[in-house]
Order: sequence, then structure tokens, then C-alpha cells
Amino acid sequence: METPTVLFYVFAAGAVASALGMVLNLRNTVAGAMNLVATMVCLAGIYLLLEAYLVAVIQIMVYGGAIVVLFLFVVMLLNLRGDTFPPGRLRLAKVAAVLLVLAVVGRGLALLTRALPEPGPVPEGFGGYALLGVALYTDYVLLVEMASLLLLAAIVGALVLAKRRID
Amino acid sequence: MPVEVILKTAFILLVVVGAFAPVITWVERKQSAVMQDRIGANRADVAGITVLGLLHPLADVIKLLTKEDVIPRGANRVLHTLAPVIAAVPAIIAYAIIPYGSTYTFGDHELSLVAADPDWGLLYIFAIGSIATYGTVIAGWASNNNWAHLGSLRASAQMISYEVTLGLSVTGCFMVFETLKLTDMATAQDTTFRIFGFVELLFGLSLPAWLERFPFTVPAWGIFLQPLGFLMFLTCIMAENKRPPFDIPEAESELIAGYFLEYSGMRFGLFFMSEFIEVVVIAGLVATIFLGGWSVPWVSQAAIVGTVEPVYGAGFANGLCLLIHFLTFLAKVVVMIWLQMLLRWSLPRFRYDQVMDLCWKIMLPLSIANIFATGLVMLWIRG
Repeated sequence: METPTVLFYVFAAGAVASALGMVLNLRNTVAGAMNLVATMVCLAGIYLLLEAYLVAVIQIMVYGGAIVVLFLFVVMLLNLRGDTFPPGRLRLAKVAAVLLVLAVVGRGLALLTRALPEPGPVPEGFGGYALLGVALYTDYVLLVEMASLLLLAAIVGALVLAKRRID
Repeated sequence: MPVEVILKTAFILLVVVGAFAPVITWVERKQSAVMQDRIGANRADVAGITVLGLLHPLADVIKLLTKEDVIPRGANRVLHTLAPVIAAVPAIIAYAIIPYGSTYTFGDHELSLVAADPDWGLLYIFAIGSIATYGTVIAGWASNNNWAHLGSLRASAQMISYEVTLGLSVTGCFMVFETLKLTDMATAQDTTFRIFGFVELLFGLSLPAWLERFPFTVPAWGIFLQPLGFLMFLTCIMAENKRPPFDIPEAESELIAGYFLEYSGMRFGLFFMSEFIEVVVIAGLVATIFLGGWSVPWVSQAAIVGTVEPVYGAGFANGLCLLIHFLTFLAKVVVMIWLQMLLRWSLPRFRYDQVMDLCWKIMLPLSIANIFATGLVMLWIRG
């Protein structure tokens, strides 16, 4: 097998294993969060193999770095330990999880029986920041501004809520 | 090609991890001793030979390797073991994209002195830096100790805050050099600009003749193009490294040693080492983005090669240029390490709220203003 194929299977196995680790580590939230980070990093590796470099870096920076650190911060601030979650509360979720796994496995088997099409050629500059930047600030500039307005409203809202507690 | 990459990687590991990091642990002691009027590290000896105290790093390593490795009761064994590795690995691999020389042609072969050169260069550093946070956070949590826990809470808050400002403070340089690639940034700084050239560019005035007679040129380094960006970048990246005056997560006076309180032996050694490796990485980064990297001030690569080539031939000219550039880069890195050590021993510690205020109330608005001003000036000049 070629190196990219080997790397793909390594990252894919890592992503699945760490995702399972996150789900199974219900009692130990910090270990669960670390497994989530591992999943993000493995996914970023797969994005790199797909030549989507910017997405890979943002995957690590934003999801792996910033967001899960915030999860961890909250978990550690509350100092959740194993006995915080009584067993048997998540019966419905378990049923849903089993159904979901069955659906995914069935879909995967259906895909495996068919031959996949060859990937098309990669356009020039694909996956870099330049193309994305041009698209964001020309075609989608209105959407970017709307998103920033939404975030600003969220920040102001959070400040108002937090300020009431401090006063 | 793989042989070349492996050689470059081995070179970085040898120089940065094997030579620089141990030596600057000695530099830190010796510099503090000089600054505090002490004699300093001079006792470790082999058969009475002390070599200025340079044997101290060796003694440290032997001591750390032979110490008992304690995992406290109630600690999470897996995460406690893993945390020092998560802290040390990002520090080591961050060096991969810092160029320590330009590109040189030897016959048909082009040799560029950088281990990896992706288009998204600096984003790699930010991604690596955000993973490094977990080392400290997990270390404190897994130790099952309240002081360590407090330290890691502080570490996560501090590092995530300064990551935001770190990215924004260097955005001005992205705009000026129009690239994220560190090799391109260094190449763009291998030139000069006239100090009073902005008068012509901005106001359309011609300079008086007496001024033109003096060659007032400055190297086109980031520190001259983005002075505010330089100050903010240095502050933020030093805060990311958590050394004094930003040692809030360690805080010897209140948290004993903070997040690595429950570590001993070589596991503690890894935290200790990663701090010093980061000092070297910071020095390399700042030297590349703001001090022109490998470029010699006022003398461009073309000038060096062009002068030497007619006399001694192209191969010798490129080899000489390589050597000069590498030594220049090394000198800049040493200056930046010295500056970090100087700041570490001359500034008093910040209080926790002061660190946060500095980040969110001063640096963040300033960095956004810097981006805005840079954009305005660039629009004005380039139309």
C-alpha cells in the first residue's frame, strides 16, 4: 500500500477508537474530553490527506484547541467526579445509540459492495487560505458580516447575564 | 529527498533540543547570578574541571533520571503519565517550520534550510500551541491535588486568552508581507527601505536634496514595519510560555509549583525542558517574523552571492552565503533568548487579574487597532 493509504487507515482507526473512548468514558469527563481532542486531531490528519490544509489546521486550532479547552475548563471548575452521574439515567440514549450504530454499519456495508468513483483532479490553490479568503470577502461578505453581528449579540448577551450575577 | 528531510530534522533536534535547551538552563542561572551579584552555578565538576559551570545541565539530567518517579495516590495514572509528553512534544515539533537559512543552489540541486515549509506556516504554530495547552491542564487535573488543580485552571484561562491576542497581534505582519509562510516572510525582509520614503509615498512631496544625499535606509524588518505588533507578539508568546512575569499557573509563592507540583524525576524534567525548548522556539519565531530571520542587515543574498561568485565560483559563493546566513540567524536567536532571560529576571510577577486585564483590556483592543491602522496605511500607499 502507498503511504497516504496507510496513513488514512491509521488516522481512521485512531478517530474511531478515540470516538468510542469518548462515548465509553461517561463517568470520567476529563478523559472523555481528551478522547474528543484525539478524535479531532485524527480527523485533521484525514483532512490533510485530502489536501484540505486550512480545514485541517482550523480543526485543530478551533475544535481541538479552543472549544475543548473550554469544555475542560468548565468540567474542572465544577470538579465533576465519577459519582456525579448516577447510573441508569441514560437508558433512552443507549437505545438511540444502538439504533444509530446499526444504521451506520448497514450504510457502510451497502457502500462497500459498490465500487467508489475515482476522485477528480484538485483545482489550483485548493485547500489554502487564499481562495477561502477571496470567497469570504467577495461573494459571501454579507453572510460573514451577519455572522459577526450574531456573535456580537451573543457576547453582549453573555455579558449582561454575567454582570447581573456579579452585581 | 527523504534523506535530506531526515538530516534537517536530526539537525534541529540536535541543535535545539540537544544543545540549546540544556545550555540555556545554565544561561538562566548564570545570568540571574550576574544580575543579582552572585557567583552562580560553578560547583558541578569532573575531576576538578568545572568549565564555567557548564557541567550543571549534565548533573541536572543525571539527577532527574535517577530520582524516584512518584505517582500520587488518587491520581489518574494514564493522564498523569501522558501529560508531560503532551506538554513536551508540541514544543519540540513547533521548530519544524522555522527557517534557519535561505534557499541555495548547488549545481542542479536547490537546498533550502527549513525542515517543513507549508503554505499555512504560522497557522501550524498556532495549532501546535493550542494542543500544548492540554499538557498543563491535564497535568494539574490528573495529580489530584488542589494546588495543582488551581494551577491548571489558571493555565487554561491564561493560555486560551493569550492565544486570541497572539493571532491578532501578528496579523499586521501577514498583511505587510502578504504571506503566512515563514520562508517567504524572511525573504521579504532581505531588503531595505528609505526612512523618509513615506513622505513621498503618503503625501506626494519630493524630499529636499540635502536629505537625499544621505543614504538613510533601514532593513525592511518586521520590527520597523510593525513595531507595536512586535511588542504585543513578544508579550503574548511569553505569556503562552508561562515563564515569569507570567508564571501565574506555577506561582511559587501561592500555588507552590502549580500544575506540575506532583511530578518528580524525569517527568518533571520534561515540563522543565519543554519550557526551555519553547524559549528557543519563541526566539526563532520572533527572529524570523520581526528581525529578518537569516538576512544580514543592508546586505542582501543577491549582493553576497554576486560579489563572491566572479572570484571563487558559484558553489563557494552559495556555501559562504549559507554559512553567513546561518550564523546571522543564530546571533538573532541568541539575542532574543538573552532578552527573554533579561525580562524574566528584571520584571516582578503579575497578579492573576493583572494578567487577564493586560490581555483583554489592553492588548486585544490595541492589536485590533494595529490591524486597522495597517490596513489603512496599506490602502493609502498601494491605492
